[in-house]
Formats: sequence, C-alpha cells, structure tokens
Amino acid sequence: MPTITYIEFNGTSHSIEVENGLSVMEGAVNNNVPGIDADCGGSCACATCHVFVDEAWLGKCGTPDTQEKSMLGFAATAQANSRLACQITVSDALDGLVVRMPEAQH
Amino acid sequence: MNAPVNYDPTHEAWTMPLDQVDPANPMRFMAGAELPYLARLRRDAPIHYTAENPMFGPYWSICRYNDIMQVELNTEVFSSSWAHGGITVRDRAKELRIPMFIAMDPPQHDDQRKVVQPIVAPFNLQKFEALIRERTAMVLDSLPRGETFDWVQQVSIPLTTMMLASLFDFPFEDRALLSHWSDCATMPVEANGFIKSEEHREQVFGELLGYFTRLWNERVNEPARPDLVSMLAHGEATRNMTPREYLGNLILLIVGGNDTTRNSMSGGVLFMHQNPAEFAKLRANPKLVDSAVSEIIRYQTPLAHMRRTATQDFDLNGHQIKAGDKVVMWYLSANRDAEVIENPDAFIVDRKRPRQHISFGFGIHRCVGNRLAELQLKILWEQLLARFPKVEVVGEPKRVFSSFVRGYASLPVRIPA
Ligand code: HEM
Repeated sequence: MPTITYIEFNGTSHSIEVENGLSVMEGAVNNNVPGIDADCGGSCACATCHVFVDEAWLGKCGTPDTQEKSMLGFAATAQANSRLACQITVSDALDGLVVRMPEAQH
Repeated sequence: MNAPVNYDPTHEAWTMPLDQVDPANPMRFMAGAELPYLARLRRDAPIHYTAENPMFGPYWSICRYNDIMQVELNTEVFSSSWAHGGITVRDRAKELRIPMFIAMDPPQHDDQRKVVQPIVAPFNLQKFEALIRERTAMVLDSLPRGETFDWVQQVSIPLTTMMLASLFDFPFEDRALLSHWSDCATMPVEANGFIKSEEHREQVFGELLGYFTRLWNERVNEPARPDLVSMLAHGEATRNMTPREYLGNLILLIVGGNDTTRNSMSGGVLFMHQNPAEFAKLRANPKLVDSAVSEIIRYQTPLAHMRRTATQDFDLNGHQIKAGDKVVMWYLSANRDAEVIENPDAFIVDRKRPRQHISFGFGIHRCVGNRLAELQLKILWEQLLARFPKVEVVGEPKRVFSSFVRGYASLPVRIPA
C-alpha cells in the first residue's frame, strides 16, 4: 500500500499506509490524524480538509476542478500548492506523498 | 396558542394527505411541533411540492442530507440570487428586495465574501478569544443564584450583541441597536411583534443605514483596519456598493452573527437540561466541549432552511423542478436524516463525527462565521461548567414565530443557590 506522510502544523509527522482508491482525506480521518476535519465527508463542499502538497508531488496529484478551486478560494490560508485532500485519490503513483496541514481548518 | 386541546402534531403529520404537508408553516415552529412533518416527508416524500402556502406561495421541500448536498453544489441551476427572491422561503416584494452577498451567485458572491471573510479567519479568531473569555466570565458572574431568570435576555443576547459590536467596532454604548436591528430584519409582520408592516421595516432599515453610513464615512478615509465596516469601505469588491447593497451586507452580517449564535446559546441549555445523562458525561469529561458544541448546533439547527431558485428546468432524482421554482433545503430535516447521521433524534455529546451536521450549510455559501460561533459557544460552556453545578430550565421556552430562524424568545432558568 502507498505510504502518505501527513505533517501537522506543529511539525508532528504521521506516515500512514493508505489503500489505493481511498482519498488522502480518508487516509487521515480513518487513522485519526489530527488537523483534517472533513466536515462534509468528502463532497468537496467545505474546505476543511485543506492541505499543502509538497511541490515535488503537486503534478502527480492532478489538477483541482472548478468546484475545488472555488472552495479553496475561501480557505483562509490558501497558497499555490493548496489542495482539498478529499479530491486526491491515493494510488501507487502517490507512494511517498507528503502533505502539510494549515494552522487551522476553516 | 389557540390550537384545540387534543391537537397532536405527530398524529396529524403522519396521517394527513401528503400533498397537504406544508412544513414551512411558522405556527408549527412557534408551537415546537415542526419536526414530525419533516420526518413524514423524509420517509414518504423526501423531495416534496407544497402547491400553496398563504404566506410563501408554492415551494419544493428537499428533506434528505444527500439531496440537499446536490442542490448546494449546483449553484448554476439553484441560484441564491436576491433578484430571484433570495435565500428564505418568503419573497419580499420586488421593490423591497435587498442585495447582499449571501443572496448572490458567483462571481460577485465570491468577490464580496472574500472582503469580509478574514475577520473570522483562524488568526483573527485568536485575537478575539481573550475578549470573549473575559466577557463571558463577566456575564455569568453577574447571574442570580436560586432565582428564576430568562437565559435569552440575560446571557444569549448580551453575549452575542457584544460580539457583534466588536466585529463592527460599533460604539459599545449603542450596541443594543444591533440586536434591535437584527430582530427587525428577521421578524415576520404576522408575528405581531414591533414590526407592524413592511413600510415600518424599511423605516428601521433607514435608521440602520444612516448610523452605519456615518461609520463608513469616518473609516473610508482612515487606513484600513480589521473591522467589518472598514473592510467593506476599503474592499475592492465592496467599496463602490450602492447604499442598498451596503444595507444588505450589513443586515447579513448583523443577522448572520446574531440570531444563530444566540439561539445555540439558549438551545444548549435546554438540551442539557432535557438530557441529564449527556450533561453528566460532559461534566465528567470537559474535553467533550468541542463535540458537545457541534452537537448543540446540529440539534438546534438555528437556521431551519435556506432557499434557492431554479434557473432552468431540472430533474432532481426524478422530480421535475421548473425554472423559477422555489426550492427549500430543510437543514433541520437533513440533520435528522438517519441515512447519514446515526440515531439522529438523540442528543449525544460524544458523537463519532460531530462536525458532519449541515447547520452551517455546504458549498460556496457555507457559513463564514462558523468557527467564531463555535468559539463563542465553547467558551460559554467551559465557563459555565467551571462555575455552576447545572442550569435548570424551570418553564416552557417561548419559541419564535418563524420557519427560517429557529429559536427562542425566552427560556426561564434557575441556577441552584
Ligand atoms: C451557530 C451559528 C451559525 C449558524 C448555524 C449559521 C448558519 C449559516 C448558514 C446556514 C449559512 C448559509 C449557507 C448556505 O446558504 O448554503 C450561513 C452563511 C453565512 N453566515 Fe452563518 N451561521 C452562524 C453563525 C454566524 C456568525 C457568527 C457569523 C458572522 C460573524 C455568520 C455570518 C455568515 C455569513 C456572512 C454568511 C454568508 C456566507 C456566504 O453567502 O458566502 N454566521 N450561516
């Protein structure tokens, strides 16, 4: 299974094996990684699974669709490498992916 | 109430002909009898058409969580625009409609929302935290012991009004005007309150706009600072608003931050009283405050619905919605949808996924102030637990005549001596 590394805002790192086909958000929530709220449960409707994707991986994670872009537009601390973790699907190609959490979800 | 003595809303809701079910009737909300009608629709007609309501005309009811999500996300078909009548089941007359960004579609909505959103962003919230703590302590310390008083008047209204004054940097001594204006904006004429007619309401809005125009004029020429008036006056997408649009956004920010949090502050006390075992759980483990707060907001659902208007014909799971139709998303019902929320009729302070509720809406209009509301409620409950063994509800709450704002006019309580 691919390993995803989640780094909390305070620097705490969690490397987790996540099943192919799950979202990066589900990988965090199912393993109680703090810092991802996922209020809407993965419908791209709330922006509370906001993460920063390490530059090296950005291209491999696909491009955000219009809905994700507009939700990200309302995330308080969005940057160029911001994504919603519920919109990234885990696959072998993402083995080793590193995502960082913002200061807070909003 | 002049309902017959043997009036049983549950029986009526489950037996009346489906096409006559009219969940937006504000009388039922006032009587605390609204839930069975939504439960009936959830089971028998989760996408339902009410052909006629004397106050609101015809409207669709969307009652299930996942169907509502579909409507929320399709802003092209389901418009929030004030030009179609906005976001409540009630239409105002065309000449009385008021633009505000909650009642706009992209791109204008997005641009205006981004102007004010930073005030409640995580880093600004941290700045408010100490202030909220201090005020909450002050209000709770001033409460009588062993005596009946009204929690709404003595706690919920003062706390939310002070918060609003800070968000606007509004003259503190005049802050009662803010809750007055908020009530004016939401009170149906039929409620027999102090708003007697739409003309009267417009007159009060004129006073609101006059006061806030003075604040705008002071701040527009000063450097931008983090209060809502200054942000609107300096924001690229808002500084050239018409007076009517300024009024609308003020009403939005006043009402948005007021009734909702107020009624959650009151509702929480009622629910803890009705569910002593849950209160005991929270008292034994104050770490549960965060999830208890989310549960209070779910259980209260301070805004029972948001409305959209179809911009084109649309097939929603087999139902033919026509262009121009009014579509009401019943958050109050979705929050009780057993398909998504386990044991939804129970009030449970330690749910597995407490934040999953739909009280803040979802999609691009999702509540801007949700984290602030949660913070205010969290501090209230932390401080309450630190001071009082319990808050007893000693009489029936008085509920508000509205199927939009779901809340309390009064809640008689006593804190043991
Ligand atoms: C428990 C408290 C609250 C509840 C339940 C609540 C609920 C909601 C809901 C249901 C919406 C609309 C969602 C939609 O149309 O899809 C909304 C939007 C909004 N709320 Fe709240 N709210 C609360 C507190 C606050 C506070 C404290 C503020 C202000 C500081 C606020 C400001 C707003 C604004 C400005 C919008 C419009 C957002 C937009 O259209 O993009 N709310 N709220």
